[in-house]
Amino acid sequence: MLTLKQSRRLQSLIIGALAWAIAAVIFFPIFWMVLTSLKTEIDAFATPPQFIFTPTLENYLHINERSDYFAFAWNSVLISVSATLLCMCLAVPAAYSMAFFETRHTKRTLLWMLSTKMLPPVGVLVPIYLLAKQFGLLDSRLALIIIYTLINLPIIVWMVYTYFKDIPVDILEAARLDGATTWQEIVRVLLPIARGGLASTMLLSLILCWNEAFWSLNLTSSAAAPLTALVASYSSPEGLFWAKLSAVSTLACAPILIFGWISQKQLVRGLSFGAVK
Amino acid sequence: MNSPAIDTPAAQASTPVAHKPRRLAPGWFLVSPSVALLLIWMIVPLGMTVYFSLIRYNLLYPGENDFVGLENFEYFVTDAAFLSGAGNTLLLVGSVLLISVVLGVLISALLEASEFFGRGIVRVLLISPFFIMPTVSALLWKNLIFHPVSGILAAIWQFFGAQPVDWLAHHPLFSIIMIVSWQWLPFAILILMTAMQSLDQEQKEAARLDGAGPIAIFWHLTLPHLARPIAVVVMIETIFLLSVFAEIYTTTSGGPGYESTNLAYLIYTQALLQFDVGMASAGGLIAVVIANIAAIVLIRMIGKNLTDKQ
Repeated sequence: MLTLKQSRRLQSLIIGALAWAIAAVIFFPIFWMVLTSLKTEIDAFATPPQFIFTPTLENYLHINERSDYFAFAWNSVLISVSATLLCMCLAVPAAYSMAFFETRHTKRTLLWMLSTKMLPPVGVLVPIYLLAKQFGLLDSRLALIIIYTLINLPIIVWMVYTYFKDIPVDILEAARLDGATTWQEIVRVLLPIARGGLASTMLLSLILCWNEAFWSLNLTSSAAAPLTALVASYSSPEGLFWAKLSAVSTLACAPILIFGWISQKQLVRGLSFGAVK
Repeated sequence: MNSPAIDTPAAQASTPVAHKPRRLAPGWFLVSPSVALLLIWMIVPLGMTVYFSLIRYNLLYPGENDFVGLENFEYFVTDAAFLSGAGNTLLLVGSVLLISVVLGVLISALLEASEFFGRGIVRVLLISPFFIMPTVSALLWKNLIFHPVSGILAAIWQFFGAQPVDWLAHHPLFSIIMIVSWQWLPFAILILMTAMQSLDQEQKEAARLDGAGPIAIFWHLTLPHLARPIAVVVMIETIFLLSVFAEIYTTTSGGPGYESTNLAYLIYTQALLQFDVGMASAGGLIAVVIANIAAIVLIRMIGKNLTDKQ
């Protein structure tokens, strides 16, 4: 007969083994990508796939060979950061007034904002494409910055709103009593308190912008193309350089993966529009 | 309530509780940029789409922009591609939702069932695919997993003496469902796991003391607790799954034939490959209507939950 403690331990062992097995299967493609990026092109294409090989950093050293990797990476950074900052500038005041000066329209406005996310991008692909063409914004970073700001705005407003909602109104009242203007109240009191929440909101926005692959594929060709487009260019048959593709992909995903790991708890809140804590 | 005197500190000090709609002006002023931009973002392109959908408009034949009424819709809907496109869209959204919700509930229940060695690492590994950009995950699966010669699956098939399968050529939609599920299952796990942690442990313990088995606890306690998070997962995933694009673009290009074309990809081919703006716009509007039907149903289901939490 097993004692209670022993059966608990056995249970934990079985559950642990099962969980590790599932995690290994789900994570395998990413692991395999990193492994392939350390192979030579010949090893990468070998059958059967090789687990043991002499690792090489060659692919990373020659990352610029096939295309100008750093130009694409720079576009990704510039577009994601600009769109995120712009989005925060719009979202913080909106969330501030909705969280602390609630009117009977607030809830409806919030739901309406969410509903704009329901508009599938293909529904407006043609006009946006033609407008971009008209204004000479095809293949420009500005077009992507504007679009990313707008498509992420609802999520960001929601997320900032839920963070602000947790802050006691009394603290702001106190600042107001001391004669602070609205501007001072936001910058000197509210933002420092909500620092953590705002940081994870920005992280979420960066992740969404970095990985966006509908508008970046349709509106850019070379000059403004971010990493998503660079990776997509490897899908053509002439791009059978798997080791290099893996190296490029690994570099493109690594920063976001690390951001994601750091902020997983907060992401839940943002991605569920505050409904799950 | 709106008298100017309210804004003076003295008046506030005398009525400390009355902080409801005071200072309405800044509130309205601060929300309006976001609202105005989103309104423009919705109305202008959508209006243009409606207009384009009613005229003949092909970029290859400039100047022939007659009003044609609903002809574009008629052509789009009666085209053979539309039926398979709509069918594939439903199949894709439905299957991925089913896979990610069912497996998501089971996996997160497993992770929360007991403490075990390296649970934090397992968590991180499980949610990782969600952060991989769509073009990378599509090519990763295409070249390293599904490839009929040197992919991992081919090696496994060969190990068991079976003929390797050319997944993307013979089962294109199934393959894309696999790729997209791999991206979205982690999202479900992430949300559901967090939700499960907020489940009242004492309640669970009480149920256990009353003689409830693990399955009974899961069925009567955990699952009802998960109703709202599951609704959230379904809503968010539906939004994104209706417009899956990059995964198809980089793997099968919708083929062979229309076997793996969804509505988003179909509209893209109409607009930017065949330059038929009129048809593409009609298709776009149909996609909008479908998305809105889904949205209305879903918002009805959980919209109340989202705002009434405080």
